[in-house]
Amino acid sequence: MTMSEHTLTPNHPILGRLSWESIPLHEPILVGTFAMVALGGLAFLAVMFKFRLWGPLWKNWITSIDHKRIGIMYMILGIIMLLRGFADALMMRAQQAMAFGDNAGFLPPHHYDQVFTAHGTIMIFFVAMPLVTGLMNYVVPLQIGARDVSFPFLNNFSFWMTTFGGMLTMVSLFVGEFAKTGWLAFPPLSGIMASPDVGVDYYIWSLQIAGVGTTLSGVNLIATIVKMRAPGMDLMKMPVFTWTALCTNALIVATFPILTITLAMLSLDRMVGTNFFTNDLGGNPMLYVNLIWIWGHPEVYILILPVFGVFSEIVSTFSAKRLFGYTSMVYATVVITILSYLVWLHHFFTMGSGASVNSFFGITTMIISIPTGAKIFNWLFTMYKGRIRFDVPMLWTVGFMLTFVIGGMTGVMLAVPPADFVLHNSLFLIAHFHNVIIGGVVFGLFAGMNYWFPKAFGFKLDEFWGKVCFWCWLVGFWVAFTPLYVMGFMGVTRRMNHFEDPSLQIWFVIAAIGALIIAGGIGAFLMQIYVSWRDREKLRDVTGDPWGGRTLEWATSSPPPDYNFAFTPVVHDSDSWADMKAHGYKRPTKGFVDIHMPKNTAAGFIISALAFVMGFALVWQMWALAIVGFVAMMAAIITHTFNYKRDFYIKADEVVRTEEAHTRLLESHV
Amino acid sequence: MIPPIARRGLFLAPLLWLAGCNTVVLNPSGDIAAQQGNLVIISTLLMLLIIVPVMILICLFAWRYRRSNTSARYEPNWDHSTKLELLIWGAPLLIIIVLGAITWIYTHLLDPYRPLSRLDENRPIAAGVKPLEIQVVAMDWKWMFIYPEQGIATVNELVTPIDVPVRFKMTSSTVMNAFYIPALAGMVYTMPGMETQLNAVMNKVGVYDGFSSNYSGAGFSQMRFKYHGVNQGDFDAWVAKTKAAGALTRAEYVALDKPTIKHPIMHFGNVDKGLYDLVLNRCVVEGSVCMNTLMHQDATRIKAAAAVKALDKDVCETDVAATAQPIRKE
Repeated sequence: MTMSEHTLTPNHPILGRLSWESIPLHEPILVGTFAMVALGGLAFLAVMFKFRLWGPLWKNWITSIDHKRIGIMYMILGIIMLLRGFADALMMRAQQAMAFGDNAGFLPPHHYDQVFTAHGTIMIFFVAMPLVTGLMNYVVPLQIGARDVSFPFLNNFSFWMTTFGGMLTMVSLFVGEFAKTGWLAFPPLSGIMASPDVGVDYYIWSLQIAGVGTTLSGVNLIATIVKMRAPGMDLMKMPVFTWTALCTNALIVATFPILTITLAMLSLDRMVGTNFFTNDLGGNPMLYVNLIWIWGHPEVYILILPVFGVFSEIVSTFSAKRLFGYTSMVYATVVITILSYLVWLHHFFTMGSGASVNSFFGITTMIISIPTGAKIFNWLFTMYKGRIRFDVPMLWTVGFMLTFVIGGMTGVMLAVPPADFVLHNSLFLIAHFHNVIIGGVVFGLFAGMNYWFPKAFGFKLDEFWGKVCFWCWLVGFWVAFTPLYVMGFMGVTRRMNHFEDPSLQIWFVIAAIGALIIAGGIGAFLMQIYVSWRDREKLRDVTGDPWGGRTLEWATSSPPPDYNFAFTPVVHDSDSWADMKAHGYKRPTKGFVDIHMPKNTAAGFIISALAFVMGFALVWQMWALAIVGFVAMMAAIITHTFNYKRDFYIKADEVVRTEEAHTRLLESHV
Repeated sequence: MIPPIARRGLFLAPLLWLAGCNTVVLNPSGDIAAQQGNLVIISTLLMLLIIVPVMILICLFAWRYRRSNTSARYEPNWDHSTKLELLIWGAPLLIIIVLGAITWIYTHLLDPYRPLSRLDENRPIAAGVKPLEIQVVAMDWKWMFIYPEQGIATVNELVTPIDVPVRFKMTSSTVMNAFYIPALAGMVYTMPGMETQLNAVMNKVGVYDGFSSNYSGAGFSQMRFKYHGVNQGDFDAWVAKTKAAGALTRAEYVALDKPTIKHPIMHFGNVDKGLYDLVLNRCVVEGSVCMNTLMHQDATRIKAAAAVKALDKDVCETDVAATAQPIRKE
């Protein structure tokens, strides 16, 4: 019964559901956006052709399997998608500040509903995830003294799968539409009966393609951390960031398959007519809600754990002091990792579970606040009796600590089921999770970017614009989200595109001003990058260790050579680089040998591009193209297995040249 | 100028101010919502016990141990203290033990399925008092309320007498919604093919907002209704007046079930008996099979199959062992 109505209208044999009507020419906002994107694209093409950059782009970046370049590409992906996701946020804030009484605002429901769905989906999957993965990709191999990750080709492939997944989401802007279901696409609303259009299919296939990338990158980083640590670095001597990366990737590998399966079941319901989550014939939508949150709750720890690692590195470096309670920090991380699997039901206390089930999940949720609190105390006591320098990364860290404890507090409030009954789905909830995601994850990412940027590019980021960015984000966050906390107490619910009560308008206007202040922060960040690039000679880091770092990534030059370390370092302490410096470490200047390295390949890009073609075809039910895409993808995968030219040697005399150049730089500095 | 204690108190001032304005969640008119709102405040205060000192310490340490302050002690290798470790794990643990106990107790006491035991703090409910039952159907995008004992129904208007326990039985006709009247009690999801319940009581006469608090599609923002808490006499008068309205038949319901936005208030004086059960079992349309019938048939069939299987085994173990084998293969 579910499918009959839809299979009755025959699709075009080649184009499937796609027709001219799918192009939103009647939407002025989208046409305007498209014009801007097209102009930007043309300008980009012009620059690329004028300076003949296609060759270098292909050779040095697209086909690169160097973990450092892939890490940087992840960061660029995350920043570009941040602009899109934030544009959605501004549209929502504007709509909610306008749409009172007779004023319907500028976004009709079918557009507004896509905007908030896209905002959530993009911010989590294509902003936070790439930025976190990018940091781990760049930093982890350097921190453990490795030359690359365990599976360099897989790393390139993971990146392109994530990117093409994001591109499929972006295509939905101009061809068809995106889901109108909210970012987790709960059935029955996301089922074929309530959402017959392509929006949910775009959502599903974007996440399926990107999910492959995320899962494989998790496997890769676990293998890297477990197998490729420098001699002497046993588990309890690993830098805390590497520890958190290990836990995060364990979470990824254990939970992303659940997301994949859940979305696969939803797409079977939609395309084939199965009844996993339908209202009729034995389907159960609650099953989906449980499954998606069994993935979804660990997901928030996937985002926050590495950022906890970032703060641990920064607070210790800028306090010029060993991290307080390294062991309890590690145990806290592991406890959070395990507990994150035992709390998913707190996302739907109000779905009618019994009191004992609700209490269980409420209390497990509160228990997570104990190791998290211990972490805050550990950072606090790292500052105690330190010599704190308030460079930009440290500003973000202190801003984070003050903001995050409030987010943690509101989180525990929501973990008390009877309190959740009155606050769930309200703007209080929205304020809470933005409090931990902006105040935690985003602050941490900015801290990390400011901290490791000189390592990656050889020059520091501009201090002035960095501070402008920080203050805009901090002030903007509180101006934007305090009104939401307040309105939560007034019983205002989320995802509304229109309000009747005029007394609420002032709060939404304040929130919109906050969003504009944050926009200033994003602008300042872009400005910071431009100004730093312009003044790169002045900001140059010749030492490779601009902050007085304590871990191995600061033992090499900035930017590091392709092979990271000419000789694999030997580790005696958790703050290995600080330990080496304290014991008068001398950089080796001779005895270099050939270095075995993996070779670039286009396979990752090609396979992912074909996956994109297949995903697009499946969205529009272009069965012929989907089959072609699938077969071509399989062929590309099989062909790649016959590629035996996967490695090469960096010759010893080239290593000597690189190392001597670094030696000269170091001497010129002293 | 301002004494330190008062300065610390200033931090809490916004909370007082919040309690004053139209924050319905903290100042509701129904006993259940009031208890839930109190828990919000209690849990906040419990956590502030640890959050406030931490925030003060963060600022204090950040200031005191700044690099330019060379008079502060600097111990670059100090990284462990068992006493401090005990404190930083122990203090949050104690607070969570207290909060956990409160959670366990109040989650059970305020379980929406649990029949009420009191009207408010001072008025327990005598044993044997039957609550007023109201059946709630969330539709695209409107609310239907059926009063089975009174035999009436409304769309987008809810009326109950104050100080009378009410039991809502809820379901949905298409997608998930959540039934929420902040002044009355916390929200509970409504889901198609399933029933959830909410027990609550309103203590003050008034008109309150009710709405869906779980996004359900294009008409979600307008899926709102007014909830009237009235005196018993007014309620009886309202019921009598509503009784005079037209009938809600199965056909009428099917027509009403089509998606509409900003649906006007409707009254029905005579409701088809068992309509709610048909909605719950997704068989209002004449001739469709009800889910409970289907499930009953399935269960019967499975039971029968199991019985036959068990029988088979008995047979083969006793006298006709030789012939049992081919029978089973069938």
